[in-house]
Amino acid sequence: MSPSMSSDTILTVDNLTMRFGGLTAVDSLSFTATRGEITALIGPNGAGKTTVFNCITGFYKPTEGRIALAHGSAAAFDRLEDLTDSPEQFSRNGSDALFLLERMQDHDVSGKAHVARTFQNIRLFGGMTVLENLMVAQHLPLMKASGYSIFGLLGLPGYRKAENEAIDKARYWLEHINLVDRADEPAAGLPYGDQRRLEIARAMCSDPVLLCLDEPAAGLNARESHDLNDILTFIRREHGTSLLLIEHDMSVVMEISDHVVVLDYGKKISDGTPDYVRNDPKVIAAYLGVDDEEIDDVEAEVSK
Amino acid sequence: MSSPARQPFGLAALKDAAIAALITLGLFAPVMGLRTAQDNSGLTIVENWWPVLVAVAVVFFGRLILNAFFWSDNGFKVTDLIPRGEATAKVGETLAKLLAPVLIIVAIGLPLIPGLDRYYIDLGILVLTYVMLGWGLNIVVGLAGLLDLGYVAFYAVGAYSFALIATVVIPNYAPGLELWAFWICLPLAGLLAAFWGIILGFPVLRLRGDYLAIVTLAFGEIIRIVLLNWYEFTGGPNGINRIPDATFFGLEFKRNNGFADFFGLDYSSTQKFIFLYYLILVLAFLTNFATIRLRRLPIGRAWEAMREDEIACRSLGLSIVKTKLTAFALGAMFGGFAGSFFATKQGFISPESFSFIESANILAIVVLGGMGSQLGIAIAALVMVGGFEYFREFEQYRMLVFGLAMVLIMIWRPRGLISSRTATVFLKEKKTVSADMVAEGRG
Repeated sequence: MSPSMSSDTILTVDNLTMRFGGLTAVDSLSFTATRGEITALIGPNGAGKTTVFNCITGFYKPTEGRIALAHGSAAAFDRLEDLTDSPEQFSRNGSDALFLLERMQDHDVSGKAHVARTFQNIRLFGGMTVLENLMVAQHLPLMKASGYSIFGLLGLPGYRKAENEAIDKARYWLEHINLVDRADEPAAGLPYGDQRRLEIARAMCSDPVLLCLDEPAAGLNARESHDLNDILTFIRREHGTSLLLIEHDMSVVMEISDHVVVLDYGKKISDGTPDYVRNDPKVIAAYLGVDDEEIDDVEAEVSK
Repeated sequence: MSSPARQPFGLAALKDAAIAALITLGLFAPVMGLRTAQDNSGLTIVENWWPVLVAVAVVFFGRLILNAFFWSDNGFKVTDLIPRGEATAKVGETLAKLLAPVLIIVAIGLPLIPGLDRYYIDLGILVLTYVMLGWGLNIVVGLAGLLDLGYVAFYAVGAYSFALIATVVIPNYAPGLELWAFWICLPLAGLLAAFWGIILGFPVLRLRGDYLAIVTLAFGEIIRIVLLNWYEFTGGPNGINRIPDATFFGLEFKRNNGFADFFGLDYSSTQKFIFLYYLILVLAFLTNFATIRLRRLPIGRAWEAMREDEIACRSLGLSIVKTKLTAFALGAMFGGFAGSFFATKQGFISPESFSFIESANILAIVVLGGMGSQLGIAIAALVMVGGFEYFREFEQYRMLVFGLAMVLIMIWRPRGLISSRTATVFLKEKKTVSADMVAEGRG
């Protein structure tokens, strides 16, 4: 299966391979994510989902493969081959821009390409307050407004204005995750579910076009994971942010995702709508195993 | 309580006392029992067993009495003496609020006390130098969470840059500016130290925790050893002398045609020291002001965020390279300013002044004061440097007292005197974050 380039693609992953020594964690994976949609990446434990995330967000340099992200319209992908042949990391053309994420450093993937992420084990700035966490996420625009600290050090009014705007933005997100009342408390003191939501809000404060969520529902109870669904659909609806998520909780995956990619042992075994994936025998086999008499059929099918 | 009741004078108590006495014997026999003395034939050992015997007896019977009357199950426990976290934290906060203005007023008013002995002004200068160094190192260790054991290197770079520029460059190339030497060299020394901060920063970007500490320690030693051995450039172990005094913006402190004549005052030799005192006070306040401002700027938040979680920082677009290097550079710059001041105050510098123990002292001030707390560091510097100097009469015991004080403070307040963190921005109410939430930094 080659990735079909739909009219409004935001991310294409081509032949992504990641090897750690002799272990191939991700093996020629190709898929696309569509703008404004929720794409879920699922698979059994150890399938290589988090490795894919780390490659997309610049934490790992993939062994092989290409990861391209478009800002603006998908027309930017017309320049994909030219950009790949050039030594550049990205090309801009008016409001359109195309980024080759595998060439960029982790902080540039967030700062320039506007891909934000959350972590499987929550990574908040525990000793800083909830509000401060959201302010750190707006570091780059604030840094510019503070004249790279020089104007800020002199106390010029331009920075104060920018800071107030940043606080307003933080307040907006706090209202949507119901944490306004706890804004001045240390992040480490929040209950687990609140920490999960805060991490998502923090990622959103960095104005991402693509938000990558690594198991956002892990450790949440049924009500909290329902709230999470609401937040994720709100983000997609109101902000047009595309979402890429790794998830084990099938109630989240099946309810909110538009498109599901299934990984097993680093390879893609299925790709399609939630309904299609749910009924795919290869997916069922990967998750549940198969009856003894069906093994030969399935093996023949898998090795096709 | 489920533990078995202890018999006051039982076998267990005797055994416990005997063990304690044995330990005392082992510890005190070599320290108090044997002494070296200068003799005609060289060093000889003098034996003096009485104090050892007394110590052993005190420990043995003291332990027995403690076992009998204090350490019974429902009795008084020594650990009760140690105040517990929450309550003391609150008291500490209130005290801190009151103490800060008092300290500032005392610091400003000290030299104005009539008839004050010059010794106290010298002591004040010394304490303030360490306050400034502590505040400078606080940027690196307290805010950015980068354990730096070689901070004295930047102090040395500052001192030597000032000394070399003021004694070699200015007399040869710009002789008219000699009176302004200090004011020209101060910013240059700061910039050079910041530059060396970046030079150190690059190789240690990928190191964390213990490894970072060892490399910074080595860096401090490298600087000192280069200063010691590069004879042609630095004067080696002889150091550099005749470093010009700081002037009051071009006015010298001398009997005729100096500061006193210009302002129509009677000349007094203390004027120069009072000036030096205010100079270091202003430099220290400058460091404090810059740090407080920087903490509330994105750069300061980035430092603290890096201390909390480096990986999360990277996922939010913060460049770890820039964040670490700015912390190293700014910390080093303030160290360089302090070094410049040290050189002009002493008039003579040599590599001996920049040994590892200085780094350790400055780090101890930062850790003891509470990492990240400006007031805590000022108090720690006052206690450690001022107290240490003031109790000179105790001679060999002052190290003992000093060590004991350190141990007690670390039991009582393991995260430093003032360990809570104040939020840099707030929505409704400014709250402090208690120390157990704040990361110590492994970077």
